[in-house]
Amino acid sequence: MSVTMQETKQRETPSGAERTSTPVADPALPAPRSIALRTEKLSAYYGAAQAVGDVDLTFEVGAVTAIIGPSGCGKSTLLRCLNRMHETTPGARATGRVRLGDVDVYAPATDPVEVRSMVGMVFQKPNPFPMMSVYDNVAAGPRLRGWKMSRREMDDLVERNLRRAALWDEVKDKLHRSGAALSGGQQQRLCIARALATDPSVLLMDEPCSALDPIATYKIEELVRELSHEVTIVIVTHNMQQASRVSERTAFMLAADDGVGRLVEFGKTDDLFTLPRDPRTEAYITGRFG
Amino acid sequence: MAVTAVTPSSAIPARHRVVARRRIWQGVVVGFLLLATALAVALLVTILGYVIVRGLPAIDLAFFTERPRPFGEPGGGIGPSLLGTAVLAAVSGAIAIPIGMAAAIFVVEYRSGRFAAPVRLSAELIAGLPSIVIGVFVWALLVRGLVGHYAAIAGAVALAVIMVPIVARTVEEVLKLVPSSLREAALALGAPRWKVILSIVLPTARAGVLTAAILALARSAGETAPLLLTALGNDFFSTDSLRPIAALPLQIYRYAIAPYDDWHTKAWGASLVLVFVIGAVGLLLRVVARQRVR
Repeated sequence: MSVTMQETKQRETPSGAERTSTPVADPALPAPRSIALRTEKLSAYYGAAQAVGDVDLTFEVGAVTAIIGPSGCGKSTLLRCLNRMHETTPGARATGRVRLGDVDVYAPATDPVEVRSMVGMVFQKPNPFPMMSVYDNVAAGPRLRGWKMSRREMDDLVERNLRRAALWDEVKDKLHRSGAALSGGQQQRLCIARALATDPSVLLMDEPCSALDPIATYKIEELVRELSHEVTIVIVTHNMQQASRVSERTAFMLAADDGVGRLVEFGKTDDLFTLPRDPRTEAYITGRFG
Repeated sequence: MAVTAVTPSSAIPARHRVVARRRIWQGVVVGFLLLATALAVALLVTILGYVIVRGLPAIDLAFFTERPRPFGEPGGGIGPSLLGTAVLAAVSGAIAIPIGMAAAIFVVEYRSGRFAAPVRLSAELIAGLPSIVIGVFVWALLVRGLVGHYAAIAGAVALAVIMVPIVARTVEEVLKLVPSSLREAALALGAPRWKVILSIVLPTARAGVLTAAILALARSAGETAPLLLTALGNDFFSTDSLRPIAALPLQIYRYAIAPYDDWHTKAWGASLVLVFVIGAVGLLLRVVARQRVR
């Protein structure tokens, strides 16, 4: 790893020390964990229409947090607010606060490009760059950011991140073929490798399995659990089983009659699915709507 | 409507049967469409065939290499025009392609900005201007103004003005075809916007951008009116940007308005060459476009 990269990594993970000591979830002994990401009264708008209203959430370091809710409840919009991708949609804006470690994400002095550098994102549909090879897709992040790396260092980085995404064994013989030639599940893992390659402290996943078959979905879920030891993961899903399989904490969102998505309930995944406190949560998880 | 079924079949309920009048209309409409198509194809074949029949006698090697001769001297060709058209295409392309691409990138990638709509509108208005008007404008600006006389550079500028909106609008369509999911992926990787455009959007659209550039060049290669007032034409080989320069359409015009049969044949020959060049470019485009699908 180059000097540049290490510097970048230190800057991007201010809480790296705590991260290594993060234990695997043990409900009996809740270890105090530091907060990787926190929202305060976060609201999001598309033009005049409000999509997300006053969401307060905390995302713990090294944990998987799921955001569930029916279509149109604002869960994807909320996710896109966390790395300031929301505002790339024309007319879209957000109010409230998001804290990423020590960084105030929506402070006037904060550059959205720097925020996105600290946060990785995986989208609903696999979107590898079609004109790039598997190798170049993984190397895209470092190159787009202008990291100075030797050929060898880049080779190492590509291999390391393809391994992290559990894709190396499947693509090591076709690194220089088009990323678009892979299967859907492989493409999505390639996108995960691409997002990991810049060493983000947080990984946002926007319904990463909704375009995949059950086996590919299983592999991604397995990967999410693996990766949670090294990176904080926020995963949006409309699949409740998926949320219960991969996450330690779950947030349930619902759009009210005014069309504004609000947080209904947030807690340990097991508690939320077995003993929901809010009747609306219970109605949703028991399949009475949505 | 009269419900008279052509093939009364008790198996088909009356309201599902196709009535005779509908069948007749169907025949009339299809017949009209076929006739119109046949006319259009016949027109194309006639023009092409006529140009080939009349132009072919003029074609030999000397026709491509020699300069035009005064009437009465045997021989003479379109050499300077071929060179001139190539020079004009290169210079006008060098001016127009970057400008048109920049405008297209601006309109597509920064479309939320308040200048995008005016830029697109002005591109459309320029594209709608008669080319002779552009010629008169450049004549006033450069031939009577800055340069002071007819010059190749004035011709190149006039052609560039014609090409800019073509490049801008075609590249705009091509850039719109690049999925926004790729822009999002690159932005989410922490790339600044300009780098997303240069490293992701343009490489993804490169075949289309190339197509747009060639399309604009082909269009400008056939322009005559603005060149009459700017490049003027030249019977001698010249690449000097400050002196008049020959061009294929100008040479066709000059050969065609003369009262000599020999020159008329040469005009047909030059027309054949121009049609062939533009047609070859069109075919090349097809090949490139097909590769894009891959």
